[in-house]
Amino acid sequence: MTDTVDTDDKTRRDFLLLSTMAVGAVGSGLAAWPFIDVMNPAADTLALSTTEVDLAPIEEGMSITVVWRGKPVFIRHRTTAEIKEAGAVPLDDLIDPEADKGRAQKPQWLIIVGICTHLGCIPLGQKSNDPKGEFGGWFCPCHGSHYDTSGRIRKGPAPKNLVVPAYQYLTDTTIRIG
Amino acid sequence: MSNRFYENPVIKWIEYRLPIFHFIDESVGSGYPTPKNLNYWWNFGSLAGIVLVIMIASGIVLAMNYTPHVDYAFESVERIMRDVNYGWLIRYIHMNGGSMFFIVIYIHIFRGLYYGSFKEPRELLWILGVLILLTMMATAFMGYVLPWGQQSFWAATVITNLFSAIPVIGEAIVTWLWGGFTVGNPTLNRFFAFHYLLPFVLIGLVFVHLWALHVHKSNNPVGIDIKGPQDTIPFHPYYTMKDLFGLGVFMVFFMFFVFFAPNIFGEPDNYIKANPLVTPAHIVPEWYFLPSYAILRAVPEIGFISAKLGGVIAMFGSTLILMLLPWLDRSPVRSARFRPIYKQFFWVFVVDCIILGWVGANTPDAVFHGVPFLWIGRVATVYYFAHFLVLIPLINILEKPKPLPDSISASVTEDGGATEAAE
Ligand code: HEM
Ligand code: FES
Repeated sequence: MTDTVDTDDKTRRDFLLLSTMAVGAVGSGLAAWPFIDVMNPAADTLALSTTEVDLAPIEEGMSITVVWRGKPVFIRHRTTAEIKEAGAVPLDDLIDPEADKGRAQKPQWLIIVGICTHLGCIPLGQKSNDPKGEFGGWFCPCHGSHYDTSGRIRKGPAPKNLVVPAYQYLTDTTIRIG
Repeated sequence: MSNRFYENPVIKWIEYRLPIFHFIDESVGSGYPTPKNLNYWWNFGSLAGIVLVIMIASGIVLAMNYTPHVDYAFESVERIMRDVNYGWLIRYIHMNGGSMFFIVIYIHIFRGLYYGSFKEPRELLWILGVLILLTMMATAFMGYVLPWGQQSFWAATVITNLFSAIPVIGEAIVTWLWGGFTVGNPTLNRFFAFHYLLPFVLIGLVFVHLWALHVHKSNNPVGIDIKGPQDTIPFHPYYTMKDLFGLGVFMVFFMFFVFFAPNIFGEPDNYIKANPLVTPAHIVPEWYFLPSYAILRAVPEIGFISAKLGGVIAMFGSTLILMLLPWLDRSPVRSARFRPIYKQFFWVFVVDCIILGWVGANTPDAVFHGVPFLWIGRVATVYYFAHFLVLIPLINILEKPKPLPDSISASVTEDGGATEAAE
């Protein structure tokens, strides 16, 4: 056998080996995906994704908690003083700078997901006798995060403001969350 | 095993086709030579194995009466406690068995640290041990979620949320772990599946751990290699008896809790059914996670790494760093008996771990005699890592080890084992 034939044969084998391995790897990857995705939220879980709320019965200064996708959503009918306080904070003082205006479609209604952005506890401050933290909003008892009247993080380990969910006003006093 | 045993025709028939009796004899029988100077700290490995068997036996019976659904889980555990025959006993064995498992394993690990059992040629044995610890932690965490009490639910929430600290894909990972938008029914279901699976993964890991052990045999209190038959005695009957005696003492300790203080390791809140809308005033993990929890909360924001991400890295790092230990500690002497400086810092390290546990049990804003726990936790966390990364390498340089005995035998017999060697 000459050298040429030999190398020719070798490269052909290498090619076959490598392409078989590549196809095998892609195939195994594709086969693994269903086993990963099966653990993501199922269709019925996703279907539960909107909640409608009538705001009319909530008096000024009161808060209610509704459930959306299994999560508590805080709805606070803010007083003028609270709105003013939230608007007056300079953005430089904030850990996660965000203006109050951008967080409430109508300033008197603050609608936020009531889950601490640290590790997921439910902050206190919904009931009138709850501790509200140093900034008059909410206080998370788990590791001590303080939120202001706009639900923004002001002190403690939480990195982000309380999340404003997607919502829209269906009428003047009803909203759909999600 | 005596030769007469192998002459039995049935044994012979089996042995010819599957040499299982030889295998057993060479693993835990008279055919397994063991250092003759092992002390009681060497009992904890076999104890851990027995506790694993107890956990699987009690767990399988519990699973026959348990319902992994958010509407029924709590009630099914209450039914186990009230209506199922001996259900209370089985559950208390399983509940306290978890704590016993960690007591035994922590002692087993500190034994390894003191006597240098992680050093060459036992690095892989040690690394497998750390993998066993991690798997145990995952198993215990998911088991704690199953009774679906308030602590179950909120422990699951806080711990799964740790993964949201991962940049970019964190949130997607958390949703994937939950199978929903919060901890809920899909979460409970999969945790049950994993809680059932992982103990069997543990059996596999333990098997490989023992395989590695049997290659170079046990380390021993003086930390020098076996040099010949005069240094060893057969595992059976000597250590089988010693292990059995230790098991008896351990069972008295274990059963004391099962019968007289079954809820002492638990939180009363866990007898309140999970409520996703109300967080209990104090969330504390089980005692065996308290040091990790203290480390998690100790880390402040550092540069662009948020306090949350930093805490998570430090917490996982505090366990994973054990895997690097064989390469951090380059002292050729294994046993702390001959390492005067290391010995002292070993005990300081033990105290540091206990302090971390104590900090983990308190709220971070609590104050001890004017010192905030947050700061005690920070100092103890820094010390924890400094022990591995600074002190151990320094001790390697500064320490002058004491002279080692000539052999294991010489260290335990007056004439250095000369009589035995002559026999
Ligand atoms: C490594 C071994 C294991 C550990 C460390 C462990 C740990 C735990 C813990 C801490 C609990 C919570 C106890 C409570 O507060 O009620 C638990 C519950 C449970 N475990 Fe395990 N477990 C282990 C093995 C198993 C196995 C092998 C099974 C089943 C085959 C099992 C089935 C269960 C069931 C059904 C529950 C819920 C009932 C209850 O809460 O008492 N476990 N486990
Ligand atoms: S979960 Fe709220 S401060 Fe940690």
